[in-house]
Formats: sequence, C-alpha cells, structure tokens
Amino acid sequence: MAIEVRIPTILRSYTGGAKVVEGSGDTLGDLLVDLDSRHAGLRARLVTDAGALHRFVNVYVNDEDVRFLGALDAKLNDGDSVTILPAVAGGAFGFAAAAAIAQHSAAAAAAAIAGPRASVTAR
Amino acid sequence: MARYDSLLDASGGTPLVGLPRLSPTVPDGAPPVRLWAKLEDRNPTGSIKDRAALFMVRAAEEAGRLRPGDTILEPTSGNTGISLAMVAKLRGYRLVCVMPENVSTERVQLLRMYGAEIIFSPAAGGSNQAVATAKEIAAEHPDWVMLFQYGNEANARAHYETTGPELLHDLPTITHFVAGLGTTGTLMGTGRYLREKVDGIQVVAAEPRYGELVYGLRNIDEGYVPELYDATVLSRRFSVGTRDAVLRTRQLVEVEGIFAGFSTGAILHAALAVAHEAVRDGRRADVAFVVADGGWKYLSTGAYGGTLADAEDALEGQLWA
Repeated sequence: MAIEVRIPTILRSYTGGAKVVEGSGDTLGDLLVDLDSRHAGLRARLVTDAGALHRFVNVYVNDEDVRFLGALDAKLNDGDSVTILPAVAGGAFGFAAAAAIAQHSAAAAAAAIAGPRASVTAR
Repeated sequence: MARYDSLLDASGGTPLVGLPRLSPTVPDGAPPVRLWAKLEDRNPTGSIKDRAALFMVRAAEEAGRLRPGDTILEPTSGNTGISLAMVAKLRGYRLVCVMPENVSTERVQLLRMYGAEIIFSPAAGGSNQAVATAKEIAAEHPDWVMLFQYGNEANARAHYETTGPELLHDLPTITHFVAGLGTTGTLMGTGRYLREKVDGIQVVAAEPRYGELVYGLRNIDEGYVPELYDATVLSRRFSVGTRDAVLRTRQLVEVEGIFAGFSTGAILHAALAVAHEAVRDGRRADVAFVVADGGWKYLSTGAYGGTLADAEDALEGQLWA
C-alpha cells in the first residue's frame, strides 16, 4: 500500500510527465521528503526555505485542504489520496477556465506572446 | 409577502429551507442532523452577488468615490457583473466589465441587456489576466472607479451585516455554515459574524476543482489569493471535483426540488460530508449551506441530463462555478 499523489501539469517536469506518483510517509512533510528522493526538486517547489507550504500551493488529503489538518504535519495513512494544485485566483476560476481553453488555441498563444495589453479588444 | 420601495431594497432576506429528504437519517435516539438551504437565487438578479454589489457601490458612494454618471470598471465573468450592472443602472452609473474573450454568450447577452459595456481581455496568459487588464485600464482612466471585489471590504461586510444575521435569526441552533470559496467574501463576512455569535460554529469552504486544463498556469508564482482571504475564519476547506458537483446538483433538484447551479452542488457535497460525520460521531448538527444561484445560466452546458460521465465531459474545461 502507498499514498497516491496527483501532480499538477506545471510540476510534471519533476515526475517525468507522470500525472500520478506514489509515495509513503506518516505525515505530509515525510511524504514530500520521500517523493523528493525520486523526483529531485519537487519538494523545493512546494515548501519554502522557512519550511512552510508555499503560499500559492494548495495540497489536499482526500479532498480536504491540509492547511486545516496540520499543514506539513498532517497525518497520512496508506490508501490516502493527495492532490497538489496551484492556488488559482482563490477560486476566480471563471478566468482560469477560460484561460485554459484558450491555451489550446494557437491564436491565444500568439496573443499571450504579444503581451496582454496589445490584444485587448472591444468586441 | 413584503413590499419594497425599489428592487435594490429587495436584496437579501432570502428564505432558509429545510431539506428533510436529503438530511441523513440518524439512528433511533441519536441527536438530529439537519440540512438547511439558503436560497440566494431569490435575490433581484438571481444570485448571492447582489448583496456584495449593492454594498460595494454604497460604500463607494459614502466614501465620495462614486458620483452620479461615473463609470465603474470591474473584472468579472459571472454573477458579480450581472449584479453590478443592475445596481449601476438603478443608481445611475455606467458599468464597464473586463472579461475573458471566450466566456459564454449567455453571460455576454445578460450583461449587455442590463446595460453593461464589455472589454474582452485575452483569455490566455494565466488566470488573472482579466484582473491585470482591468488594472491597466484603470490606470489609463483614473476617473473610472474599480470596486475590485477580491479586495473590497464591503464585499465581506455585506455578508457580515446581512447573510450572517439572517442565518442566525432563522436558525439559532446553527452548528455549521458551508459556502463556496471564490472572492471569499461570503465565507469571510458570514463566517466572522457567526464566529462572534455562536460557540463552536464550524465555517466550511467548498471550492470547485476543475479538470486539468484549468490549472494550466505556467508557474506556481502566477497563483493568486484574494486580498479578502483570511484562513483563520475557516474551520475546514474542501476541494470538490466536477463529478461530485454535478451529482449533488442533480440530487438537489431530484430529491428536494431546488434547481441550482453547479457551484451549489459542490457546496452541498461538502455540507453532506460534515453532516454524515456528525451522524457517525453521534453529534447534533444544523448545517446551513448557500444556494449561490439557480441553474438557468448553465442549462446550455447540457450537464443536467445524460450520464454523469457525459456531464463531466460536457463541463471539462468549462466554467461551472
């Protein structure tokens, strides 16, 4: 048995592209150390030098935010599911969703390269 | 029955209804566990955002930031824009909304019908592009007033002064308050009020978890936490996926006859989780949750019919809350 960890797209460069990896640990902190032994650099993206979770990272154990379960000290059990997500506009997901859809179009990609202000248009 | 001087005065004061069929069954002799829905779709434009829009405009008027004929600028793709458009119309302001270029035509049509002007921002470039674009436009038009719901204390205060007291008045035995986490205004305002008045109150956040596409930020540092957010107000925070949100949205209309949007399904999912925990622990619970808006604006997604898998596909990458 192990703990299943879901990796967001932007951090998959550390997992060889894998969406889901497995790890073990009694706490979230232990799990991240374990993961870092096979996916070097991952932990540093999630935990600050001061040893706290990065402000713009949300980690959930079985769909519950770990910041309310003890953060890095949150207890884990075999079979738990851990999900890592970037904090997206604190739930201003309307923009996020639209942004995501647009990222699939070449036109939108070009607009992003041209810079935000250049492509503001009144339809 | 009630009579009001204008539509603005009819904001808030929404019904709190019990959900006897969705509330979990408790063993004989065990304390009751009950679910209650606060029907925020009964506000003037059909969502909870009317409360915040009205308070933000009034606060700007009182501070002398807004005078008749002024222009309000706001980054929004959804209910806040519709609420602000209505308030702006009735209070005599022009509203310019900045929104991503690919939001649904229903939203664009609704906003224009209410009299708002729309500036489209590039949808690519991170989740906060519309916010960034609005800030740039505000810099170019220093006379335009940006209310900025993510950092406006009047947004949270609307709920501190109205939603919270209404809940406590209607449900003095409240043990849990569950709402969606967006600007965080609802949870911060209502949560602070209830924490002051109710010993041991649990303030529970439900945030939507979208499909892969939505989190396509290029860098963790592009994230954003609203200025209003104060984690100490919350007791717990749940992430709810599309499938669970759709399942609960359908269950709410099938079992209790309440036709709501998908964000409400996510909220109900978290409410049921804490209700079932209370049953398991043999504790009494009165769990009040927010019905943020009705389902009308989301019918075109097709996600109210067909299998759950179909609905999940239909909503993939879509804005459902």
